[in-house]
Amino acid sequence: MRWKMVKAVVRADLFRLVKTRDYWIPLIILGGMFFVILPVILLGAMSFVKETSAVAQIGDIIGTLPDSIQNNIRGDDGVSRASYAFAVYLLAPIAIIVPLTISSAVGANSIVGERERGTGEFLAHSPLTVREIYLGKLIASLIPGYVAGIVGFGLYSIVVNVIVGSQVGGWFFPTAGWLLLVLWVVPPFIAIALSLILRLSARVRSAASAHQASSLVTLPIILMSYAVASGLLYSPVISASIAGLIAWLIALALLASGAKSIRRERLLGVSSDL
Amino acid sequence: MVDRMQDAMEYAIGFWSVHKTFGKVTALESVDFVAPTGAVTVLLGPNGAGKTTTVRLTTGALIPDDGTIQVLGMSPLEHGDEVRRRVGVVPPKPAFYDQLTGWENLQFAATIFESNEANARSAAERFEIDQALNQEVGGYSTGMRTRLALARAVIHDPEILMLDEPTAGLDPESSRAVLDLIKEIAARGRTIVMCTHLLHEAEGVADQVVLMDNGSVRAAGSPRDLANRYMTNPIVIVDAEDRSLLSGVADLDGVLSTRFDSGLHVTIDSIDRIPDIVIELVKRGVRPTRVEPLNPTLEDLYFAMQRSHRESV
Repeated sequence: MRWKMVKAVVRADLFRLVKTRDYWIPLIILGGMFFVILPVILLGAMSFVKETSAVAQIGDIIGTLPDSIQNNIRGDDGVSRASYAFAVYLLAPIAIIVPLTISSAVGANSIVGERERGTGEFLAHSPLTVREIYLGKLIASLIPGYVAGIVGFGLYSIVVNVIVGSQVGGWFFPTAGWLLLVLWVVPPFIAIALSLILRLSARVRSAASAHQASSLVTLPIILMSYAVASGLLYSPVISASIAGLIAWLIALALLASGAKSIRRERLLGVSSDL
Repeated sequence: MVDRMQDAMEYAIGFWSVHKTFGKVTALESVDFVAPTGAVTVLLGPNGAGKTTTVRLTTGALIPDDGTIQVLGMSPLEHGDEVRRRVGVVPPKPAFYDQLTGWENLQFAATIFESNEANARSAAERFEIDQALNQEVGGYSTGMRTRLALARAVIHDPEILMLDEPTAGLDPESSRAVLDLIKEIAARGRTIVMCTHLLHEAEGVADQVVLMDNGSVRAAGSPRDLANRYMTNPIVIVDAEDRSLLSGVADLDGVLSTRFDSGLHVTIDSIDRIPDIVIELVKRGVRPTRVEPLNPTLEDLYFAMQRSHRESV
């Protein structure tokens, strides 16, 4: 494995992505919607407008949680406790939905896109190994999603601290659970999704088919990661660490076998199984 | 087979009994040919003849179902990465990352072919695309794309350059320029394999012609060898002030056939017949304006080979 070659593939793909406005503007809107606009509206409604029905509902939810978790929820009154719980626990899945969606969109187009543009022919005749092409495509798909996740996480941290912080005694976000989620649990889930999506991208006939097929893969993974992410935030740090480790092991196993899906004849678009 | 493969050490590319199918479609059937080192080999044939598949098998981008391929003394199956490092390919429709500039595309190629930016710059200058390198490739004309594709293909100074329909979609002026560039590369002693269905393009470029049709090699050899093999009877072009008087030429001794094509093309049994034909025409009151032995073009050769193949079938 020559990392210089992998880096060249990653660089070319990211350059292309950065220069394709039609591609990244919707992705920025998606990230902005989930990480900034939605939290501002929901937390603003609870904290400033004091939307009582929502506060009451969240209060009911908090009441069902184990005492150990209830004790972690800061705030002196119902509104501040509801806002804190909402910011820390209920919006957790956005940390995984946004990066996963963005990486899936990039990954679905990666191999089939080379074939559709005709650049697959150049790659097929090049001295790049299929493993280098695969890894390059994987990293180039992972980076936009993960960077969007990190930037969004930063923005989300500012939003919740500004809106909720004054009610709960100062800046409180990110919590240890969120840091673990973003830095340790989210990446393997993106890698698992991408390992499956790149296989699809290598096999389907068109980018449109790749996007359709990738949504079939992404949706269950989003649901699974939603459940995992939500659960982890309520769990002790050690449980989250173990869950992340298991996700990493699954991701690495899938990634190791995924390179086989790329064959030169598939890059050329003449494989009999296309 | 082994002896022929040993002989092939003098050849840059050798195909022996190569067979390739895509599903139920046979793309190549028992293809045999060799491309001599340092020569220009033209794969000539109509669309669907198997030329592009041959190029793809040469670099190991495709795997043959059967047969043996040797490129620079190596099997592309076993040493594909090394073969691809030493071969440059210009595909029929050169594709690039259109959002990137010409220079960014060349930089990418230079990295993966383990070349450098100086070579990239020099290749761009050689193919006169250096002035447009800061533009996005999406805005390039077909001619500019072809020039960039040529620059990209030679960025690593390959020992073999394969050009698949390099002038497809180009205007005549750009086609001429591209063919001149190919001649220039050939003059530097590189092995060139050019696929084309345009006979006039191969003319004057080919050291060796491989005629392909329906996935098979119909004939292979230098244009002169093929002319001797397939065009045994010389042709002389005759024209006159009054063409109507030429109608009797077909009856003259030694004349095998005639056809009009910018003058009367007369096929004769020996080149020695020409003076007798001229004397006889003058006797009949014909005032000849042109009597010229025809040097067969590749087009003549192509059709002669096709005719010969049909007759043998």
